[in-house]
Amino acid sequence: MVLVLTSICLVCSAILGVVYSVTAEPIRQADVAKINKAISSVVPQFDNIPSQEMFKVEFDGKESEVYPAKKEGQAVGYAIKVKSSGFGGPITMMVGFTSDGTIYNTSIVYLSETPGLGAKLTDENIPTRAQLKGLNPASSNITVKKDGGDIDAITASTISSRAFLKGVDIAYQIFLKVQSQK
Amino acid sequence: MEYIIIIISAVFVNNIVLAQFLGICPFLGVSKKVNTAVGMSAAVTFVMALATLVTYLLQGLLVRWHIEFMQTVCFILVIAGLVQMVEIILKKISPSLYQALGIFLPLITTNCVVLGVAIQVVTNEYDFINNVGTANPSMMNLPQAVVFAVATALGYSLAMILFSGIREQLELSKIPKAFKGVPIALITAGILAMAFMGFSGLV
Amino acid sequence: MGKLKLITDGIVKNNPTFVLVLGMCPTLGTTTSAINGMGMGLATTFVLILSNIAISAVAKIIPDKVRIPSYIVIIAAFVTILQFLLQAYIPSLYETLGLFIPLIVVNCIVLGRAEAFANKNNVGDSALDGIGVGLGFTIALTVLGCIREFLGSGSFFGMKLIDSDGMLAFVLAPGAFLALGYLMVLFRKITDKKA
Repeated sequence: MVLVLTSICLVCSAILGVVYSVTAEPIRQADVAKINKAISSVVPQFDNIPSQEMFKVEFDGKESEVYPAKKEGQAVGYAIKVKSSGFGGPITMMVGFTSDGTIYNTSIVYLSETPGLGAKLTDENIPTRAQLKGLNPASSNITVKKDGGDIDAITASTISSRAFLKGVDIAYQIFLKVQSQK
Repeated sequence: MEYIIIIISAVFVNNIVLAQFLGICPFLGVSKKVNTAVGMSAAVTFVMALATLVTYLLQGLLVRWHIEFMQTVCFILVIAGLVQMVEIILKKISPSLYQALGIFLPLITTNCVVLGVAIQVVTNEYDFINNVGTANPSMMNLPQAVVFAVATALGYSLAMILFSGIREQLELSKIPKAFKGVPIALITAGILAMAFMGFSGLV
Repeated sequence: MGKLKLITDGIVKNNPTFVLVLGMCPTLGTTTSAINGMGMGLATTFVLILSNIAISAVAKIIPDKVRIPSYIVIIAAFVTILQFLLQAYIPSLYETLGLFIPLIVVNCIVLGRAEAFANKNNVGDSALDGIGVGLGFTIALTVLGCIREFLGSGSFFGMKLIDSDGMLAFVLAPGAFLALGYLMVLFRKITDKKA
């Protein structure tokens, strides 16, 4: 009896181990492809491979990934990957800045917000995200209007909107840190 | 303070049954009478607290040995084993409690609430202290995880007991034939879920 | 008994959602849109077919006492395999279904079919049963997904049909319960007439 159960467990673990090692590479590639797609949508056109020049910057006790975008050797912008905690769990996003600190675009890498509410963040055309384009956090207040800022929150999803903008703010802080280190 | 936020959000705002759709089968299956609903809720609360404690520690081992991919298999085995163990111990030390909870225990293994919460606790990153909009969310620590599990179970119990009370009333009312049983229960649950939506701005 | 009947039984007479009322959690949780419902249905079908085959193949050598734990381990292994495959090749679906993928392990449909059918029948029949019940589940989820997507956001499989935001409640929890409740009534009316 014990023997049967043990052998079933062993066989299953062995099969899982094999499948795991076979799919590990495609899973990694799928992740990289996703990151690359996010990078190219948030920074101006570039001709280097940002994911190969990625470096980590520490902020508030946690490391974030910074992907520099360059054209003909000149830095044209930075894509910064940050995490913020939303209503349904963490929101991972990519925020792109041009080299003068203007927000070029944003992209959501992963979120688990309520469908139909906070999950609208994945739509690039909602006011909350569209209004950010071309803003410079140095001269504008990137918080929701409820908190005295310049940005419209998603209707009925203030929490998700706040979390999103908080992430953008963190990304800007990291951007400033990168600039000052140069 | 953080514990209060965990509790309120797990019981009301993100109620496991009415907002996250976990544990619907027993929610519909054993909610015909208030008594059985109370028994089931108590058993779930007990197993859930224990299971979350064990799986949280187990996850630490899985990560250390780099076999995170065995997570689902390990967790479900642990839960099944735990339920079995609780059943045996209860039988020995408290026959009266066993009488009350006994028949519900085997059902709990396949109750997705337990596995769902165990996985949620170790994979989701929350930051409850400043619940909303914090940067750098991090994993819950052990006391937070256990409180979260118990609070979720309380939310489950609340939904379950409320619902069973309504269903006892429903038994006495006249319902069109096609609606009898599960359909009317689902529609009632929908209305109950709507009521719980009112809590959504709370945290 | 025709082989075809094994499949149609799973879709109509033993429809897991409308008749057996099993696997309610993913049914309600993942049907926010038609495509998500279909994805979840197909994912469950995949696990159901494979676990039915595996369990019917090894059922004879498993002692009765450790039956349930053995089945659960086998099912959990297939679910994890599915998880890897989705993560590697359809990452977007993997993300939308989220927690509900590992929860296929405790989906009562899978264990239910193992207990009620696979351990008594041969491999071929069990595979067909898996296909039938899986299809029944997929159809139910897709239909429910269509209804909720249409009422909740005015679109059909992602295509916008009506230019409005729709009734938000149908994307959220209450709409799921209501839509499934009324759908079940409809299903009963239709099958009652046939009988």
